[in-house]
Amino acid sequence: MSSVTLRNVVKRFHKFTAVHKTSIEIPDGAFVTLLGPSGCGKTTNLRMIAGLLDPSEGEILIGGKRVNDVPIHKRNLGIVFQNYALFPHKTVAENVAFGLKYRDVPKSEIAGRVQKALDLVQLPHVGERYPKALSGGQQQRIALARAIVIEPDVLLLDEPLSALDANLREDMRVELKRIQDQIGVTTVFVTHDQSEALAMSDSIVVMSAGRVEQMGAPEEVYNNPASEFVANFLGASNMLPAACTATGAEGATLDVAPFGSVAVPAEKAQRLSGPGPAQLVLRAEKLAVLPEAEAPPGLLTAPARVETVDYQGQTVRYFLRLGDRQLQAINMIDERPFEQGAPVRIGFRPKDASALPTETK
Amino acid sequence: MGWFVIRGYAILVYLFMFLPVAVVVLLSFNASQFGSFPMTGFSFRWFVELAQNEAILRAFRTSIVLGLLTALISTTLGVLASLALVRYRVPGANVVSTLLIAPILVPEVVLAVALLLFLNVLGINKSFALLLFGHVIFTLPFVILVVQARLVSIRRDVEEAAMSLGASPMQTFFQITLPLMLPAVLAGGLFAFTISFDDITGTLFWKPGGVETVPTQIFAMLRNSISPEINALGTVMIVMTVGLPLLGAAIARQLSKKSG
Repeated sequence: MSSVTLRNVVKRFHKFTAVHKTSIEIPDGAFVTLLGPSGCGKTTNLRMIAGLLDPSEGEILIGGKRVNDVPIHKRNLGIVFQNYALFPHKTVAENVAFGLKYRDVPKSEIAGRVQKALDLVQLPHVGERYPKALSGGQQQRIALARAIVIEPDVLLLDEPLSALDANLREDMRVELKRIQDQIGVTTVFVTHDQSEALAMSDSIVVMSAGRVEQMGAPEEVYNNPASEFVANFLGASNMLPAACTATGAEGATLDVAPFGSVAVPAEKAQRLSGPGPAQLVLRAEKLAVLPEAEAPPGLLTAPARVETVDYQGQTVRYFLRLGDRQLQAINMIDERPFEQGAPVRIGFRPKDASALPTETK
Repeated sequence: MGWFVIRGYAILVYLFMFLPVAVVVLLSFNASQFGSFPMTGFSFRWFVELAQNEAILRAFRTSIVLGLLTALISTTLGVLASLALVRYRVPGANVVSTLLIAPILVPEVVLAVALLLFLNVLGINKSFALLLFGHVIFTLPFVILVVQARLVSIRRDVEEAAMSLGASPMQTFFQITLPLMLPAVLAGGLFAFTISFDDITGTLFWKPGGVETVPTQIFAMLRNSISPEINALGTVMIVMTVGLPLLGAAIARQLSKKSG
């Protein structure tokens, strides 16, 4: 097991820069997710760590050693690909044993280690079969077994769940996390799916257009987004234009029409440098939709109107009209949602809001 | 009614194409000295005479050696060229690819004369090696087309997975890529062999004096008289050039049934 470090890494393809100067530190044994939309550079980063691409600039270190010039087959990595990439002409057992052949593992030990790996992914009885006789989920488990049986220094997962059905994907998510916990290997996980990232990671690196937008624990990234992009990529957020009137140790005070003065806690306003134009970030889940007449204490409220109702059973997503803006709110409901066109009151607790400087584009 | 006409027409076309072949095969079993109907009896006489004809046996050996060497060289070069064109970024890959396929498009006579003239200019004499060289040139496109098509369908990430598990690029090729494209490699080799085995145009131009392949031997024999031996030889040729590809296809199907 080893830490992974990207130090000032740049990757250019001809004139196109896929990854701008990026530094990422992945501690030993951590589960780190590179999250972002397609084309954001997350897979490029993964492939550079793997040795499938050479960085144009900068250094990649695994276990503190520079590996820029080490070819992929000498890096001792386990990679799980989106489309499994099992060897179709070899049996499951031969697939799993493949990496052991190149590692001076005595013949007598191979069968035992293969079986242990198959037990770990809970498919102990499929060794004699060919990959195409297995379902997608089973194939992905075999791919995982093949990657971990060699006891890699780092496990690289390239959207391993994306090819699976929705239900299976959630099962595999839990399973993958369990196995990673059990063997404790440093893991780099690439996905565009925010719920996978939030559920599995010790730390999330949000990327956009070849740049790191934010790095941090899932709760940190979710509750205190560093940019408008992060706020909107991880779930839905409402961005309200505001004017910051004061910043201080207790937090920042923002003037937000039509709610009035909002006291944002310090740790969620640290990106504001001082008074001036700002944005209030309000997650859709934190915006409560209430009957028109209600105004509970502790909540900053304003009247609004329901425009669209997206009913999902346990929760409901409202699109609301507030003056000239549209806001989103995702609320738990226990009976029936508000009707389309109904006048309502929307409100939030100041401590749930966070503040960002206005982005100049 | 329309379908009836079309069907009838199709049958006539097939008769036109295959009836002469059937006649050759039938007459090769005719006991009579003269190759004509009605047949006078069933006999293997002409096959026996064929097997005792020193010139024909020599031509057979030449054809088989030539065919095998052509297949071996074409397949090796074809696999390497396909790998380069599909897996690596080669400058001018499109031009190279077109040039490699071009011998199919150029009439064989033109190709044959061109190569001959070219070697004349260089002052190189006709030889078996030259003949082999010529055969490789015009069987190579078939190998490349077949192997390339297969290679494109082999996912790159399977090879990447092998390398990530510790296999060097060379080990990856022999452990993963080659087994996966083996059906295409065998098919390409078989193509090369059969094309070389029954080629006459290029061979007539390129063969050195005294060397005969089966087709040129038949051609030479026909100039004197139409002997029933030729019918027998024709039958043997048909069995080889039709039977081998069928056999190869069956093997390829068997192989790919395993790996999918």
